[in-house]
Amino acid sequence: MAVVRSKVISLYKMMMTESNKFPSYNYRTYAVRRVRDAFRANSSETDPQTVERLVQEGQKTLGVIQRQVSIGKMFETQKSVVEN
Amino acid sequence: MLSQGRTITSLLLRPASRLPLWLGRAASSQPKELMEKDELRPLYMDFQATTPMDPRVLDAMLPFQVNYYGNPHSKTHAFGWESESAMETARKQVADLIGADPREIIFTSGATESNNMAIKGVARFYKAKKRHVITTQTEHKCVLDSCRVLESEGFSITYLPVQSNGLVDLELLEASIRPDTSLLSVMTINNEIGVYQPMKEIGRICRSKGVFLHTDAAQAVGKIPLDVTDHKIDLMSISGHKLYGPKGVGALYVRRRPRVRLEPLQNGGGQERGLRSGTVPTPLAVGLGAACSIAQQEMEYDHHRVSMLANRLIQKIMSELPDVIMNGDAEQRYPGCVNLSFAYVEGESLLMALKDIALSSGSACTSASLEPSYVLRAIGTDEELAHSSIRFGIGRFTTEEEVDYTAKKCIHQVNRLREMSPLWEMVQEGIDLKSIKWSQH
Repeated sequence: MAVVRSKVISLYKMMMTESNKFPSYNYRTYAVRRVRDAFRANSSETDPQTVERLVQEGQKTLGVIQRQVSIGKMFETQKSVVEN
Repeated sequence: MLSQGRTITSLLLRPASRLPLWLGRAASSQPKELMEKDELRPLYMDFQATTPMDPRVLDAMLPFQVNYYGNPHSKTHAFGWESESAMETARKQVADLIGADPREIIFTSGATESNNMAIKGVARFYKAKKRHVITTQTEHKCVLDSCRVLESEGFSITYLPVQSNGLVDLELLEASIRPDTSLLSVMTINNEIGVYQPMKEIGRICRSKGVFLHTDAAQAVGKIPLDVTDHKIDLMSISGHKLYGPKGVGALYVRRRPRVRLEPLQNGGGQERGLRSGTVPTPLAVGLGAACSIAQQEMEYDHHRVSMLANRLIQKIMSELPDVIMNGDAEQRYPGCVNLSFAYVEGESLLMALKDIALSSGSACTSASLEPSYVLRAIGTDEELAHSSIRFGIGRFTTEEEVDYTAKKCIHQVNRLREMSPLWEMVQEGIDLKSIKWSQH
């Protein structure tokens, strides 16, 4: 269990770190919020199979975030008025 | 404020092309020229006009813009097969979102094409026996215009009025159905005032009278639960870019049982069961599919958040400003579309004053004209109030900070404009504006 727990925590940290790299204000805030809320919503999950499935989904999403952050950086634009 | 003013002048004064010739058009296709580098971007509050694409959608599409470029209708090689399989997966994702069978989904270029296809297609197919179509006065321009074309072809059209809350009167609707009515077209969620028509009841009436029901659900699909079987909908228009998918793609749901038949608008290679010839754009179809599947998975989360943000906006504005009217029914609505009329303020002036917020006074399709919205006129809004209305669109990527910023700016600017307005001054002195006889000099 402890092994799984540390795996989940490290996935969470990586997803949050990557989400924070979105150059676009709206994508960044959404990714951070959505990742946090998804982990929170599943925090009481105990079934090992479900946890494994969720971890795999998370890893796939992590890949999406990483790729989309790179694309976002290629076409960076001005900051939003609310970022000041 | 100042920096925004500079944008416009700099746009006007700047030479058309500062780029060396060899960079040509490809390089200038980047929209940088519109804004200075150090300027700030307006925040986006116009989610009914279009939505930003979800990064997950783009991620699903990109492989099909790069390596998997096969024609999905090519049957003789792997390039075709992989594109076809992606297209069919997308078709299933669209179908699943609305409770349909994948074979009932036709890919189109967007909701305008879907609406044209459904209305003209059904009416023309059944024209030998049925020559009457019913729609409402608050439909999107493309529905109304398709009906006008049918009128010129000799069909008779009933444009149903709506009640002051924007909803159709079911009794009137039922009474308007004639023995020769082939189709009834009603928008599920209105694009300007966000009201949600009672589709279930309308579906029941149509089915009992043997009339096909078409709905323009561009603003509804992916935002609220919709089930074509449950709602007894026979044709449904879907748009990609209103649900965080790509622009230039949409779909039309066409019921198979009982079968709805339509005359195609576009003839050719017989793709999409012969109803919409032309190669299906695989990347766009994949994007629409991904957007639908994400919408299905995120619907509850998004709806909860959009409602929370909309309430926050309305509450902030209403508690600080008197004489603000919300257009459209207060209950039967999609919360992400907030249409407010600020009495004694000219909408266009307010929009100008709120330049750093991307807002609109109504539909983007008609935003070039200064005429008040025909939707607001149809619900009986006063001419002055119709002129002073603004639509706030809230969506998946809207944040609390953006809502607070919008509310703060809006309150400040409305107060400022009202202070300058002689009408507002008269109202404050207790003069009834309606009693004034404006004479011409």
